[in-house]
Amino acid sequence: MNTLILRTVAPPITALMLVFSVFVLLRGHNEPGGGFIGGLIAASALAIYGIAYGVSAVRRAIRFHPMSIAGFGLLLSTLSGFVSLFAGVPFMTGLWIYPSFFGVEVPLATVISFDIGVYFVVVGSIASIALALEERETD
Amino acid sequence: MADQAPLTLLCLFLPFLAALLAPAAVRRFGHGGSWALAAAPFLSFLHFLTFLPQISAGEVVTGGYAWVPSLNLSFSWFLDGLSLTFALLITGIGTLIVLYSGGYMKGHPQQGRFICFILLFMGAMLGLVVSDSFLMLFVYWELTSITSFLLIGFDHEREAARRSALQALVVTGLGGLSLLAGLIFLWNMTGVTQLSLLVHVDDTLRQSPFYLAALLLLLGGAFTKSAQFPFHFWLPNAMEAPTPVSAYLHSATMVKAGVYLLMRLSPVMGGTAAWEILLPFFGGVTLIAGTLLAIRQTDLKLMLAYTTMASLGLLVMLTGFGAPHAVEAAVLYLVAHSLFKGALFMVAGLVDHEAGTRDLTKLGGLRRLMPITFAAALLAALSMGGLPLFIGFLAKEEIYYALAHGDLRSIVFTLVAIVGNGLMFVAGFAVALKPFLGPHVETPKHAHEGPVLMWLGPAVLAGLGLLGGILSAVTHHFISTPMASAVAGEPTLVEISTIPHLGMPLLLSVVTVAFGVIVYLQLERARDMMIRVLAAIGSGPDRGFDHVVSGLVRFSVAATRIVQPGRLEIYITVTFILLALTLLVPPFVYGEWPAMPTWPDEVLFHEWAIFLLALIGLGALLRANDRLTAIVSLGIQGFAVAVIFLLFGAADLSFTQFMVETLSVVILALVMTRLRLSPRDHRPPRQFGFDAVISVACGLGFTLLLMKATQLPFNMQLTEFFNAYSKVIAHGANVVNVIIVDFRGTDTLGEIGVVMITGLAVLALIRVRLRNPLPGPRADAPVEGDRL
Repeated sequence: MNTLILRTVAPPITALMLVFSVFVLLRGHNEPGGGFIGGLIAASALAIYGIAYGVSAVRRAIRFHPMSIAGFGLLLSTLSGFVSLFAGVPFMTGLWIYPSFFGVEVPLATVISFDIGVYFVVVGSIASIALALEERETD
Repeated sequence: MADQAPLTLLCLFLPFLAALLAPAAVRRFGHGGSWALAAAPFLSFLHFLTFLPQISAGEVVTGGYAWVPSLNLSFSWFLDGLSLTFALLITGIGTLIVLYSGGYMKGHPQQGRFICFILLFMGAMLGLVVSDSFLMLFVYWELTSITSFLLIGFDHEREAARRSALQALVVTGLGGLSLLAGLIFLWNMTGVTQLSLLVHVDDTLRQSPFYLAALLLLLGGAFTKSAQFPFHFWLPNAMEAPTPVSAYLHSATMVKAGVYLLMRLSPVMGGTAAWEILLPFFGGVTLIAGTLLAIRQTDLKLMLAYTTMASLGLLVMLTGFGAPHAVEAAVLYLVAHSLFKGALFMVAGLVDHEAGTRDLTKLGGLRRLMPITFAAALLAALSMGGLPLFIGFLAKEEIYYALAHGDLRSIVFTLVAIVGNGLMFVAGFAVALKPFLGPHVETPKHAHEGPVLMWLGPAVLAGLGLLGGILSAVTHHFISTPMASAVAGEPTLVEISTIPHLGMPLLLSVVTVAFGVIVYLQLERARDMMIRVLAAIGSGPDRGFDHVVSGLVRFSVAATRIVQPGRLEIYITVTFILLALTLLVPPFVYGEWPAMPTWPDEVLFHEWAIFLLALIGLGALLRANDRLTAIVSLGIQGFAVAVIFLLFGAADLSFTQFMVETLSVVILALVMTRLRLSPRDHRPPRQFGFDAVISVACGLGFTLLLMKATQLPFNMQLTEFFNAYSKVIAHGANVVNVIIVDFRGTDTLGEIGVVMITGLAVLALIRVRLRNPLPGPRADAPVEGDRL
C-alpha cells in the first residue's frame, strides 16, 4: 500500500509492537499476557510492516522463513517438556532455577522456554499465512 | 539343557538379516552370492534340527521375551511337533530355493531384490509357524501376505502380474482380517492370548455360544490363505510369479499356513458337527475342482498350481474328517506334498529355463538332454502318485485307512479321494513324463542340463521323498508321530510302513493307480472334455472378483461425490446446519430451555455505550454493500465483545480477542484480494434468506446454551484448585497462563502442533493457487461457484 502516512508510521509502530510483544510474553506468568498473545501481537506487527513495505522487505527483515520460526518454536517447546526426563519427574513438569545476575535474582524455568516456544509457533504460523496472502505476483 | 532362547531368537531373525544383505551380496558376487545367502536359512535349519530329539520325546519347547507386559503381550515362540516340522520345511526348502533362485534369475538385473523378498518371506513364514502369542501370529500372517504380494508382482511391468499380485493381496488380506476377528473371539472366549495355553483349554470353546461365529471367522482366514473353493482363484493366478516363488510360497509353505492354523486349532475346536461338516465339504469340493481344472491345462506350472489347490483341499478334508488315522494321514500327506510338489515346481522351472517353454504340447524327448532333471521329476512324480517305497505311498495308505469305513459319509469321501488322487496321479506324471519321453521336439531354446544351483533343489527334495519312505521308522519317530500328536492333542503313534500288505487300503491304492493310468492314456480326450465343460459353465469366481472390485470402485466414486462435492459453500452450510441442530434440538427434546433473565436494575452509561457499539457493528454489517465493509463491520462487533470481556475481569481473554479480531480482519481482507472475489454479494434473495435462517439459528443456539450454563450450579472445584496451587507449586500469579504452560502444558503442546500444521496447510493451499491460477472464466466467477 503506497501511502506516505503508513510508510512513515509503519517502522516505529512495528518496532514498538515487537518490543511490546516480548514484554507481554515475559510478564505472562504473573500478569495478563503470555506466549500466545505475544505471538499474535508480533504477527500483527509483521503484517503491518508487510502492508507498508511489501512482503519481500519483511522476509528480508526476519531472515528466516516464517515456517522455520514456527518449527523452531515447536522444537523448543517439546524439548522444554523433555528436560524433566533428566530430573526423573514426569514429562512436562515445570523445573525452576534461580540464578542471580548483578545481584538480582532471576527466576528461570522450563515453563518460560515452553512459553517462548508457543510464541514462536504463533508468530511463525500466522506471519507465514499473512505474508503468503499479501504476496502479489507483481510484488 | 543350556538356555537356547537367544540362539532361537537369532535363528528366527536370520532370514531377515540375510534379506538386508541380499542386494549387496548379489551386486558384489553376482548369482554366486546365493551360496552365501543360503547359509542363513541353512543355519536356522540346523538349529531347528537340534530340537528333534527333545520334541520327539514328547516335550514342548517354549521361549520368548516380554514385549509389553502391562498388556500381556510377548514375543514368544512355541515349538511342538507341528511347528517344528513346519520350521524344518520352511528353512530346509528355503535353503534350496535361495540356491535355485541364484540359478533361475541368473543375470536378471533385479536378482538381489528378488532374493531379498524370498528371504523376507521366509522370515515371516517362520515366525508364523513358531508364534505363540495371537498377535505375533497375526502380524506374521499379514507379513506373508505382503511378501507374497511383492513376489507375485515381481515382474511389475506386466499388467497380468500386477493384477494377480493385487488379487492375492486382497483375498488373503480379507482373510487376514477375518482371522484377526476370529483370534479376538478366541481371546474373549478363553481369556488366553497364547497358543501354548490355548491347548489346555478343554471344552470351553466347543460349548461356547460364540463357537460357530469364531469358527467361521477363523475358517475365513484359513480358507483364503490355503486357496479353498470358492477362494481358490488367486492361487493359479499367482503363477505369474517367477517359478522359485511358485515352488516355495504357493506349494510348499505359505498356502499351507491355513492348513497349519486348522491343525493348530483342531485339538480345541475340532470334533464338533460344524467342524466335521464344513472342513470335509469345502476340502472335498476343492480337491475335485482342483484336479479337474489341472488336467485341462497344458502349461506345466498351471497344472501343478491346480494340483496344489487340490492337495490343499485334501489336507483340509482330512484335518476335518474326524475318523481315527485321518490326522496321521493329513500329517504324512503334508510332508510328502511339500517334498514332491516343491521338486516338481522346480523341475517345471528348470525345463522352462532350459527349453524356453513350459507348454506340454511343445515339449518332448528331453530325457537324454536333461538326465538329472528327468530323474528328479520321476522320483517326485512317483511319490506324488503314491507308489510303494515313497513317502507319498505312506500318506495314501494312511488316507485310505482313515476314510475306508462302511458308513455312507465314509464311502462318499473315499470316492472323492480316489478320484482326486487318481487325477493328481495323472497330472503328476504328465509333468514328469511328457516333456522327457517320446520323440524329441524342437524347443525355442536348445535345451541342456541346467546348472548345479538349479538341479540341486529338485534332486534333494525328490531324494528325500524316497528316503523318507524307505526309512519310514525314522520319519515316523522324528516327524510324523510328534506332529500327529500335536494335531490330535493327544499322543498318537504313526506306524505305517512302506512294505505293501494286503487289505482294503492297498486295494483302494490299486484302484486309484489303475484309474490314474487309464485317464493318463486318454489325457488328450479328458482335456478336451474338461474344456467343453468349463466353457458351458461360463465365468467363474475369477471374473466375479473383477466385478466386485470394479463395483467397489464405482461405489466409492459415487459416495465421494456425495460426501465431498468440492464446494466450500456446501461444506460450510452443512457444518452450520449441524451446529444449529446440535444446539437447539437437545433443549427442545428434553424441555430444558433456560429461564429468561431478569432485566438488571441499573445499567451504567458505559455499558450502554458498548452495547450500542456492538449494535452499530451489526447494523453496518447488514447494510454493507461490499464484502470489505462487511468484514470491517464484523470487526467492530468483535471489539465490542472484547471490551465486555475486559469489563468482567477476563483480561487475558479480552486481550486475545482484540488480537484475534484484528488479525481476522487483516487476513480476511487479504484472502478477499487474493481470491479475486467479486466485491459484491451475488446471492439470490432466496438463498440469502436461507443463510440468514441458519446464522440466526446458530446465534440463538449459542445464546441459549450460555444462558443455561450460567443458570446451572457451577462446580468450583477446579477453580479453587488452580487458585490455591497456581502460586504455590507453579510459581505463577496469572492462573490462566499457568494452566496453559504448566498444569495443562501437554495439551498446549498438542495445540501449537495444530497451529503449525494449519499454517503449513494454508501455505500449501495458497501455493497451489499461485502455481495454477484459475482459468479465465472461473477467475471472475462469483464466490458461490468458487472453490478454495
